[in-house]
Formats: sequence, C-alpha cells, structure tokens
Amino acid sequence: MLGSFAAIIGTELVFGAKMPYGYTPLALQETDPFKLFNKNKEMVVLNDKPWNIEAQAHLLDDKVTPNSSMFIRNNGLVPENIKPTEWKLTIDGESVKNKKTYTLGELKSKFKQHTYQLTIECGGNGRSEFDPPAKGNQWTVGAVHCASWTGVRLRDVLEDAGIKKDAVYIGFHAVDQHLSGDPKKEPISRGCPMPKAMQDETILAFKMNGEEIPLAHGYPLRLVAGGWPASVSGKWVNRISVRNIIHDGEKMTGSSYKVPCKPVAPGEKVKDEDMCIIESMPVKSIITYPKTGATLKKDSSLKIRGHAWAGELEVTKMEYSIDFGATWKSCTIEKPANRLAWQHFSASINFPKAGYYEVWAKATDAKGVSQPMLIPGWNPKGYLNNACHRIAVKIV
Amino acid sequence: MNTNSDFRKKIKKAEKTAYLATAFAFLASILLLFSVYDPTFSIFGKKEVAPTYTAIVEDEDTIENGIHVRTGLIDAEGLMMVVNNCTNCHSAKLVTQNRMNAERWNATIKWMQETQNLWDLGANQEIIVNYLVTNYPPKAKGRRMNLTDIDWYELKN
Repeated sequence: MLGSFAAIIGTELVFGAKMPYGYTPLALQETDPFKLFNKNKEMVVLNDKPWNIEAQAHLLDDKVTPNSSMFIRNNGLVPENIKPTEWKLTIDGESVKNKKTYTLGELKSKFKQHTYQLTIECGGNGRSEFDPPAKGNQWTVGAVHCASWTGVRLRDVLEDAGIKKDAVYIGFHAVDQHLSGDPKKEPISRGCPMPKAMQDETILAFKMNGEEIPLAHGYPLRLVAGGWPASVSGKWVNRISVRNIIHDGEKMTGSSYKVPCKPVAPGEKVKDEDMCIIESMPVKSIITYPKTGATLKKDSSLKIRGHAWAGELEVTKMEYSIDFGATWKSCTIEKPANRLAWQHFSASINFPKAGYYEVWAKATDAKGVSQPMLIPGWNPKGYLNNACHRIAVKIV
Repeated sequence: MNTNSDFRKKIKKAEKTAYLATAFAFLASILLLFSVYDPTFSIFGKKEVAPTYTAIVEDEDTIENGIHVRTGLIDAEGLMMVVNNCTNCHSAKLVTQNRMNAERWNATIKWMQETQNLWDLGANQEIIVNYLVTNYPPKAKGRRMNLTDIDWYELKN
C-alpha cells in the first residue's frame, strides 16, 4: 500500500516539475477514444469529428448497460471545462409563467429524486442496411443502451416555474459547440411534446449507473426521455424552453429525425413538409449472447439471451427462429424493471443437424406489432430500422 | 512524577499520531491531485513513460498504399480538393461512410451551404462530386444482406 503511494508521489512530483507552462494534462490530450471515453476496445468508431461510436451486439449483454458499452452519438463538439458548481439550468419560453434558473444544487435539493432504467436508442440505429443508402452515420445494431439514470422529474421543475395553458412542446438547449465553430449555431436543440415532457420517467438526470454522468454522455445534466429517439435526450442541457409551437430548434426542422408521413418507394424524393417527426421508437430486440460466429458440437444445446424494447410500449412476446423465419419458437421474456426499460429474454435451442444456421430474434409489442424480418419502410434519412437481429451459428 | 511522565508519554503518542495523520492526509491529497490529472491512472498502465510530445509529420499529406494517411481517403483525382473542402468541420469518416449518387451529393452540399456554413465550392464542386461517386459508389444491398465478416470461434459450454 505504502509502496504504491510512494510510486504515485514520485511520479506526480516529477510530472509536476517537468510540466511546462501552458501544457495540457495528458488526460485532456488523449486521442485514443477508448481511453478518452473509457470504452470497451471492441466498440466501433464510425466518426471521430464529431465522435460517433457504437457497440457490437455482444457488448450489450449486461442487464444495465455500463458506460464502457454505451454508444456515443454527438452532433457537435464535446464541451470542455464544465464547472458543476457554476452550472445553471434556465426554464424559459413563450409558455412558461415565470422564467426561472436553478443551480445543480437547487435541482437536487428542491425536487424529489428518481431512478429509472431507460432505453435510449438512436433514431438511426440500423441505418447501414437501407438501400439505397441513407445519409448519416452508418449505425449497424449497437446504437442502443439501457442504463440507470437518476435525476429529478422534468414535470416537477416545469410546474415549479409554471406552465401556461398554450404550452405544446419543450425544447432543450445545451453548451456543446457547432462543428463549424460558429458560436451562434447550435449542433442540436430538440425536444418533445408536453405529454412526453410530463411523464414520470422523463427526467433531468445528474447520475448514470449511480455515478456522475460521463462527459460524453452529458455531464453534468442530461434530459432523459426513454423510448424516444436518443436525440430527444439532450446532453449538457442548460436551458429548457416551454414552447407554444412545435419546437423549431436545430434538427427539429427539415428532414432530421423525421420519416415520410406516408410510406414511400425506396429512393423516392420526399418534400420536407411531407415528413413527420419520430416519436416513440418501434419494437426491437437484440441477441447479446452468444456473439455471432459461434461454432458448437452437435447435440449440445445453445442458450441465447438478449434484450427487447418497444418505445412507449411493453414487449409481450419474444420468439426466435433457426430456419430463416419459417417457424418460430418462444423465448422467456422478463417484465421491465420499470416502464421504458428494456426487457431480458432467453431461450435454449437445439439444432436438428450439423450445418450453418442463423438465429433470428423477433419481439412483439403490446399492440401486437412485431419486428419485420426484412428492412422496413425506406426513408430518406434511414431511421427506424427494426428488422430482426440475426447471429450466425455453425453446428459441427 | 509518575503521572507527569505518563502524561508526557501520552503527549508523545498523540504527537506521533498527529504526524502520521498529517503525512497520510498529505499523501491522500497528492493522490487526489494526481487523480484529477489522470483519472484512470493510465500512466501506470504501461511500463514505458508516456511521451509528452508527438513526432512532427514532415509531410502531412503522405500517401501510403493508395491511401491519404491523415484522412484515410483514397488517393485519386480530386483527393486534395476533398481534403481541403470536406474535412475542416467534420472527419473524412463521415464522407466515406456515405454512399450517394451525384444528385444526392449535390443536394447534400447545398444543405451544408444553407445550414452548416459550408462555403461556395465554385467549379471545384464537380471535381469533388466526381471523386466521391467514383471512389465511394453506392453498393446495392437489397432488402436484407447476408451476414458477412463472421469471426468464427468455438463456443465452450
């Protein structure tokens, strides 16, 4: 114990003595994203400016996703030099009765704290499968997570400030910087209709998995709205506007986070006014064990497991197929830890003979809607691909 | 006398404890300070001392095996035009991830100009779009692709 202390001091003193003027500490200079964000080395970097990093299916095996496996989707640059003691959240907008500002301390002490496991999936998760290709980061299956978030209800804070009768939407603002460096531009400023803002589970979180939120995931304050596109869950939030119109912030307009109001043919041009804002995410599931590519001996059974979620709804049925969807067998599916948390499924599979198999997983939501086996409706920006997840298995 | 020397002993003992406590607090504060600079204690993760400098790349536009090293872009006609106009705000990874035809690239450029502060590309736009559609053409995927790049392993029960 003492030895390690001495070693730390020795290094620290040398480090300190040699530290030149204006030198940025190593931690902030780090260019290895896995170290920088404490991510598993098997995470996949899609983009490094802005940072966009996704998980692989097998990395999401935990019931509650640890930071190391959580995807990062950034629209702008990660903010630096955040001072939590000086952090303020302002509630303003046309439809707020009294513009109010709270420090983090006030938020924590004034309002009751709640903890929920909340599924957050990028609207563009699965985009890479659309044909013709859709524009944006080419997410495969790993832009989803379900961590445990602790914070105060947005409703409690909004009610403290007072909401006018004409309120229809909330919009968040944050401190991240636009890629162009233009300080007048916001990278993203999205939001949700009042009924979603007022839900029990819509929280202003200051803790993730019982600890301070990692910087890349929104430290020190994040709006968390489970079951909706992850872009609604604004990071580094310092202002929430109560609007009397549908919030018109960055990435609320144009074609961002919107799909054609009516189905279109693949590749069809769609006018902005014919695009509708995505709200609840569709039913989906992912096999997290085993990792794709497993070979096993004939006559041994394969235990699979994973998670299923359905936006605002609960998953009521979970099935798997080993014959390309010709027949389906049921999996055990657990109840969610709370509303909007993903549910865990498992099954034990016996294969009839040696050969190449694919295990397909299919969830069905409370309204009887299931995941499609093929890529669902093409849309210009490649959102909402909830096609069955598949893993390859070989029996030898 | 006896009680006096007992008292002295006690004082000495207290002094000793105080010194120890101070030393411990000192060590702890240094550890804390260090953890601020290097929260993961990554400096101890490897034996060699972490370099505090980086080598200066003489030619920042080095090409290796037909790839522009700095950006990962394919070396072909129009490369530097793409590097100079398309990798200032975002990484080249955002460009190469996207497979579009000329019409959609032109629409994307227009969108970047209207909303993202991209400048007028003038005659260079055609060179840039040509580079993109030639070197990063869309691939047909159909309604569902085969599972590819499977890393087979033996699953032990």
